[in-house]
Amino acid sequence: MLSIKNLRVSINGKMILKGINLEVRAGEVHAIMGPNGTGKSTLASIIAGRDIFTVEDGEIIYKGMNLLDIPVENRASEGIFLGFQYPVEIPGVSITNFMRTAVNEQRKYHGLDPMPAAEFLAKMEEKKRMLDIHAKLANRSVNEGFSGGEKKKNEIFQMAMLEPSLAILDETDSGLDIDALKVVANGVNALRRPDNAFVVITHYQRLLDYIVPDIVHVLFDGKIVRTGGRELALELEEKGYEWIKAEAGLS
Amino acid sequence: MDGSIITYNTRDALLKFYDENIGKLNGKGSPANAEMRGKAFDAFSSQGFPHTKLEKWRNTDLTKALNHGYNFAPDSGSVNIDEIFRCDVPGFNTHMVSLLNGRFIDRGKQPKQAEKGLVVCSLEEAFEKYPDLIGKHYGKYASFEDNSMTALNSALARDGAFIYVPDNVQVEQVIQVVNLVYADGPAFVQPRNLVILGRNSSLSLVHCDDSVNEKVGFVNTVSEIVLSEGARLDHYKLQNKNDRSTLINNIYFHLEADANLSTNAISLNGGLLRNETYVKLNGRGSHADVLGVYLMDRNQHVDNYVFVDHVVSDCTSNELFKGILDDQASGVFNGHILVRKDAQRTMAYQNNKNILISDKAVIDTKPFLEIYADDVKCSHGATVGQLDTEAMFYLRSRGITPHNARMLLMYAFAAEIVNKISIPQLQLRIDDLVKKRLRGELSHCDQCVLHCSSKEQKVTFEIDMSKI
Repeated sequence: MLSIKNLRVSINGKMILKGINLEVRAGEVHAIMGPNGTGKSTLASIIAGRDIFTVEDGEIIYKGMNLLDIPVENRASEGIFLGFQYPVEIPGVSITNFMRTAVNEQRKYHGLDPMPAAEFLAKMEEKKRMLDIHAKLANRSVNEGFSGGEKKKNEIFQMAMLEPSLAILDETDSGLDIDALKVVANGVNALRRPDNAFVVITHYQRLLDYIVPDIVHVLFDGKIVRTGGRELALELEEKGYEWIKAEAGLS
Repeated sequence: MDGSIITYNTRDALLKFYDENIGKLNGKGSPANAEMRGKAFDAFSSQGFPHTKLEKWRNTDLTKALNHGYNFAPDSGSVNIDEIFRCDVPGFNTHMVSLLNGRFIDRGKQPKQAEKGLVVCSLEEAFEKYPDLIGKHYGKYASFEDNSMTALNSALARDGAFIYVPDNVQVEQVIQVVNLVYADGPAFVQPRNLVILGRNSSLSLVHCDDSVNEKVGFVNTVSEIVLSEGARLDHYKLQNKNDRSTLINNIYFHLEADANLSTNAISLNGGLLRNETYVKLNGRGSHADVLGVYLMDRNQHVDNYVFVDHVVSDCTSNELFKGILDDQASGVFNGHILVRKDAQRTMAYQNNKNILISDKAVIDTKPFLEIYADDVKCSHGATVGQLDTEAMFYLRSRGITPHNARMLLMYAFAAEIVNKISIPQLQLRIDDLVKKRLRGELSHCDQCVLHCSSKEQKVTFEIDMSKI
């Protein structure tokens, strides 16, 4: 589904990603772990299409397309979803309005008519139920005045509404209490299907108790320095990142 | 190119018009009114039209607007107002009156609470029927010594809307005054309105300025609005004029103790719009919300001047104006709050926020506080910005095209003002108009924005993107 080859990315002349290689197949859940400031969020942003970076080298192939040539909104319509580490507050735009616009724009991209209002509302209710979100979301402005947990739940809710093929969750677990963490994890687990994939970016092992990854990568200094199974996450938890740093320093 | 440029001297033409029509103008007014008219005329003839060397008019130039061969008394006798203007208000039952070329059109329709003493009639009629109210209030708030446009109106106005709400009457039906210009050539009209709210009365008033055709027009309106003790007024100005129109709208609110005013200026279209809003908080415990939103593009120009005068103690005022300017549109905001020496425990806030969509759009914003009391809470602020790039990326990352993402953000920006409209049907209607305006679908042909000829749609969601 996603194939990243030798991706090298800089911002303002400073190299952030120094040759990333990553293969994600349908049905897989990948975890990308690593200390702060090693390029995890940059990787997520570049896949979603943020244009503040310069791609120096390499390619990203998604469903056979050269992803770097595709505008942000079309990537979304092609099934890429980024769960933001810091979701943006948009006063005056209600969640209903936001999601209805997004759903219908994606439908339009695929040549479909807008979703009838009743069907859309039913879908919203269904997803809220599925994610165990009780708050009256519909009429609130997007993320405005939301707690950290509410913002992250709202990201998962949007993911559920948009049903992406490839969801990248950028530190969705940071700053969450255990209940919010469970909501996020349950959401991901409920949405897992053989034809979609997740890349979960996290600093801590904690989230991976609830979302069991197939493959774990360790990103350090702009490169993936280790790839393994779930046990790699546990090893990291036990030994800390110093171990990786030392190892990377040696190699 | 024949190179011949005609220059009209509108000022001299007006002076001549005054001399020739003074008898007719005085009409049914009292000697006191005639005297005021004379003084106003002197004030105008000595000051002339405002020009850009005056600080208050530095960024609004009337030169082009005045360079037309205006007719100052366009004939409206043969016009059937129902033909040029259709009433079709779904779910919004207002008592509507029209001003055509500054003259009140009497359809013989009485407001619902007429038996309780509610009066909605022409100013000319009020001069005859209610001389006491006229004597007490007319010209008492709109001072013209330092305002030549108010002076001009005071010298030449004959008619307009007169509304009187007696003490303790709560007017249930929204009153709507629609101001239209309809003439063969360029018309220069000067409506004059007087609204009097008795003690503990309440009223919702919607004032619409509309164009019915593409003709050049100049409207110089003065309104005096008095809120007696404990009165409440919910006031809206809706402006949807063609690009060849000039609208000068000077409005004077006078509030006595515990009166409560909310006024909201919604400027959707217009060649040159200048709103001067004067709020005098003259009684303890009075409160004013002064709100506005302007959405300008092409070569349109909008200028909001707001003067809030805290005369006595324990009053509050809250000003918020938001604007979106695109293309070569230009805007001006001048907010002046005066807190006089005795106005202790004043709370006064003022804010002006702008979004410039194109790099050719311009806004001049100048908040100004003048404080002579020591126990006050005041603040002011002004922002000028572009659409938030973080928010743009967030919306696009969900599949929303840049065009629609911009639309959503602009709409959200304007919604802060629209959401404050307290009449639900009106809020829904204006909300719809703002969306239409942002989509570029609203033209002045929608006539009175409340009587839009397009069919009302049930709006389930805040914005119907399926139309784009």
